[in-house]
Amino acid sequence: MNAAARLRVFLVDDHAVFRSGVKAELGDVVDVVGEADEVGPAVEMINERRPDVVLLDVHLPGGGGQAVLSGVVPVHPEVKFLALSVSDAPEDVIAVIRAGARGYITKTISGEELLQAVTRVGSGDAVFSPRLAGFVLDAFAGRAGTGPPSAGLDPELDQLSPREREVLRLIARGYTYKEVARDLTISSKTVESHVSSVLRKLQLSTRHELTRWATDRRLV
Amino acid sequence: MCGGLAEATGVDVTLVRIGFVLLTLGSGIGVLAYAVAWLVIPLQGEASTMLTRALADRRGIRLVLALVPLLVVVEVVALALHVAYLGSFAWPLFLAGAVGILIRRNASSDERVWINDDLMPMLRSTGGRHHRRALVLRVAVAAAVGVTGLYLLVHGHTSVAALRPIGGALLVIAAIVVVFGPWWISLVRDLMSERQARALAEERAQMAAHVHDSVLQTLALIQRSADDPRQVVRLARAQERELRSWLFEGRPPGTVGHEAATLAEGVAVVQRQVEEDHGVAVQVVVVGDCPLDDGLRALLDATREATVNAALWSGAPLVSLYAEVEAEGVTIFVRDRGCGFDPAAVPEGHQGISLSIRARMARAHGSAHIRSAPGGGTEVHLSLPRRELTP
Repeated sequence: MNAAARLRVFLVDDHAVFRSGVKAELGDVVDVVGEADEVGPAVEMINERRPDVVLLDVHLPGGGGQAVLSGVVPVHPEVKFLALSVSDAPEDVIAVIRAGARGYITKTISGEELLQAVTRVGSGDAVFSPRLAGFVLDAFAGRAGTGPPSAGLDPELDQLSPREREVLRLIARGYTYKEVARDLTISSKTVESHVSSVLRKLQLSTRHELTRWATDRRLV
Repeated sequence: MCGGLAEATGVDVTLVRIGFVLLTLGSGIGVLAYAVAWLVIPLQGEASTMLTRALADRRGIRLVLALVPLLVVVEVVALALHVAYLGSFAWPLFLAGAVGILIRRNASSDERVWINDDLMPMLRSTGGRHHRRALVLRVAVAAAVGVTGLYLLVHGHTSVAALRPIGGALLVIAAIVVVFGPWWISLVRDLMSERQARALAEERAQMAAHVHDSVLQTLALIQRSADDPRQVVRLARAQERELRSWLFEGRPPGTVGHEAATLAEGVAVVQRQVEEDHGVAVQVVVVGDCPLDDGLRALLDATREATVNAALWSGAPLVSLYAEVEAEGVTIFVRDRGCGFDPAAVPEGHQGISLSIRARMARAHGSAHIRSAPGGGTEVHLSLPRRELTP
């Protein structure tokens, strides 16, 4: 990758050790244009430096990762966020995704996979960890009949297509995008577009499972 | 069959058996009920009921239809002789015969062996050669009693005495009991011992699976950590504890079911056990949840075994475990990106897969598929249809 095409990455995490670890892992391939350990400075610096990708810790003192998202996304919607967390609690994950993050990974991810995820988010695609894929399958499970009557549901946004379900299932089983593509005999590009479409549904759906998680975090 | 019914209804096995015998002696309807139960209740470890197979058996159905004229003849004769009970007796016998034909034609292989070896000679000669004399004697007595009864019956219609036909009927029934009684008893006894043998074999298979999952796995682990004495001691201690609790407290080793109440909890137990014992990360994704039953416990045990195998042999630092609960069934995938193996070339004696995974899933009416190739990682796919949830 030449210098002109190098991604500009910003790190937001309150653990200095983690930040330097990520810098060491990614520094050869991307430009780390800044880092912050609190919500206020993070919003300020991101809005000023406008990086391509922000690696955002979900659990941040002073409002959490969503506070950073709500400070940046309205001003600079072109800045893409990849959420990182040690925990896999569904409400955290769903909340940052609905606030605008384009992907979610856990901190146990390997350096190589982290780089892949950052690159993918940088090029506008979505990144789902197996756990996130599982949450989405759970939240969009075909139990429309069991919950409260879903009068306001938009079938376009509130249901996954069978193909999207298949793709998510494979991701949840630990498959990489490439392996998903091979298994379903479709192209990697198609896998990416399925995942992006799921991400859009995740952000815009009014499904009560999702809104419940979101309101629990006082997001909506 | 009685055992299965007892399990399903919660009534004591002996009571069920006595009920069947009484029904059989009473009118022959017990034979019919037993045969119908045989048809519709699938054997443990078998997916299809005999009924589904029988319905596809055109020739068997034609044979059964051929019995209809026979039934008509018997009914006409009974009508002509004014012996109504003969007619009522013919119905259940006809039905039992029909079902019997379907069972014999559609029995699974080991049941067919049993029918051919045990039941058929009994029907033909009612026992071995040394029983011949007793048989002749019994038939003679029965004939005498039966003829007397029939005589009284026929004459009972011409006379007006009401007691005589009843007495005649009793005598005919007595004759039938004399002829068939011992056979019925031996049939019931035989059925019971056959079921017991089956239960014993199943018990043995389960025990083998338990021993494999605990002792053999631990021994493999000890061999691998032979250069670390403290680890060896730790493993041996843990295994000892587990064996003791099995032998003296009846808690089977290598199982996860009793620490957890739901599938998600059970999967978490598997994750914790494997991560603690084998130092390999297990990435767990669970979609949906449901309370555990016996089948799901077996599924979890097979899952644990597959995960342990991946941790022990694949060499991969991470095992992915995916469980999904749907209305129709529960699916679990255990996947690693390790060395893989050729499933067709598993050496004799290393039966973890067939014993602890495939046989276990088969006993629980589920299935196991293993996809692996040398160098290509391994994925174990376990699925279990969900039983109807009765409130």
